Amino acid sequence: MSDILRLDHVSYAYPGGRPVLRDVSLAVTAGRSIGLVGQSGSGKSTILKLLLGLMRPQTGDVLFDGARLDLSDRQMMRTYRKSVQAVFQDPYASLDPRQKVQAIVSEPLRALGIGGDRRAMVVAALRSVGLDGDILDRYPAAFSGGQRQRIAIARAIVAGPRVVLADEAVSALDLTTKVRVVDLFRDLARKTTLLFVSHDLGVVASLCDEIVILEGGRIVETGPTRAVLAAPAHAYTQQLLASVPRLPDFLAGASSP
Amino acid sequence: MSLLKVRDLSVAARGRNLVDSVSFTLDAGERLGIIGESGSGKSLTATAIIGLLPPGLSATGSVLLDGHEVIGAREGELTALRGAVAATVFQDPLTALDPLMRVGRQIGEVWERTERRAGRPHGKGDTRAAVFSLMDEVSLPEPERIAGAFPHEISGGQRQRVAIAMALACRPKLLIADEPTTALDVTTQKETLALLARLVADHGMTLLFISHDLPVVAGIVDRVVVMRTGVVVEEGPVRQVFATPTHAYTRELLVAAERFDRALGAA
Repeated sequence: MSDILRLDHVSYAYPGGRPVLRDVSLAVTAGRSIGLVGQSGSGKSTILKLLLGLMRPQTGDVLFDGARLDLSDRQMMRTYRKSVQAVFQDPYASLDPRQKVQAIVSEPLRALGIGGDRRAMVVAALRSVGLDGDILDRYPAAFSGGQRQRIAIARAIVAGPRVVLADEAVSALDLTTKVRVVDLFRDLARKTTLLFVSHDLGVVASLCDEIVILEGGRIVETGPTRAVLAAPAHAYTQQLLASVPRLPDFLAGASSP
Repeated sequence: MSLLKVRDLSVAARGRNLVDSVSFTLDAGERLGIIGESGSGKSLTATAIIGLLPPGLSATGSVLLDGHEVIGAREGELTALRGAVAATVFQDPLTALDPLMRVGRQIGEVWERTERRAGRPHGKGDTRAAVFSLMDEVSLPEPERIAGAFPHEISGGQRQRVAIAMALACRPKLLIADEPTTALDVTTQKETLALLARLVADHGMTLLFISHDLPVVAGIVDRVVVMRTGVVVEEGPVRQVFATPTHAYTRELLVAAERFDRALGAA
């Protein structure tokens, strides 16, 4: 089987709260980038926390290469961390301001005890996100939001993960920067498998092969992105799509190259 | 006559211009958008227009708001202009709302202040009726419950409606909306934009709408100013600027916006 990650009939409720996930099943398949779309309260962050191994579902299972993910199995979790890395929303909060780029990007290598020429691996990771290897001794404060997000992506890919989880990873970026970072994720999706969590349908549409629409802790619709957006079957997907502000008609193609 | 005339407005911090010689005018009844990314100076421009720049920032040039000069004006004069002439809705309604006061009371206070200024006598019952009428205008459901709620007890969309009701209570000529829907979910954003458009039309208000979001701006204003790093790079009717942008930066913004728009397929 080629499912790297699976949620199998997962439900979750925070202590004393209503369920935030209800019977959610989804599969992250090697080579198919998948977009998880939902508004606030849809449960997308909770799914991500489960996939990051930060908590356990109350019912159902998180499966990794077909085996139940056991947070107390250190050997399994080591393999898991090597295989699954993440990029977060806020490029200003997700990088330690006291660490140099070299230390930040090489952190997964150290944590996972990956040997070899770490410096060369860091430089290679930085190059692959469009940054120069000569920034190793600089601090995050020296970089713009877009550059910081590139550094965060370099950190996520330095250990050669099979899956990259991205949590609203372009939402905080300006439009012109967003386009470039989305391009970078698109390149990344060719080398690894991407699970991209976002409230932004336009970004997911331009990036992901598959789309999963979440509402109130349930999956309401899922399928190939193009097909779902062209003919949304569920009323909620239709409402979501109809709510996205669109460019005026008179523009169509006006500024195309 | 123009309701707002901005001439060579610069805002400086420690000798550096964050807004640099910005000029534009806004006629009564017009709807103007300021488009810009972070660092463009769009919000600072709006803040300077109502004389609310934070300490450490100083403005030069001229801002004529309904014929009154804002730059260099005393706080007393500014207080009179804010509200009566211009009211603002910000991105995060929590910054505009008092977390410890019930929302009905907050709307009521703004309404009473407006009445006092206008020299109109009013009683408690009048305030109550006005609050419910304002809440109805911004389509807040269950007015009894929401009027008695604290800001944290209602949703983000409802909080923004409360902030809009408070702006409306001033009966301003100019409504300044600074990224008013950026923090909202997309379905709530759509409803809030429709509400703003309806209120601006119903009350004949002039609108200054500040946003980074091109499709949102295009949907609500007639004319746009594009700003980048404190400078106006392009200005004109929405149709002209969006269909035939002359500045390279405007084109870059449009190409980026189109890319995500096109990915969604036909509208």
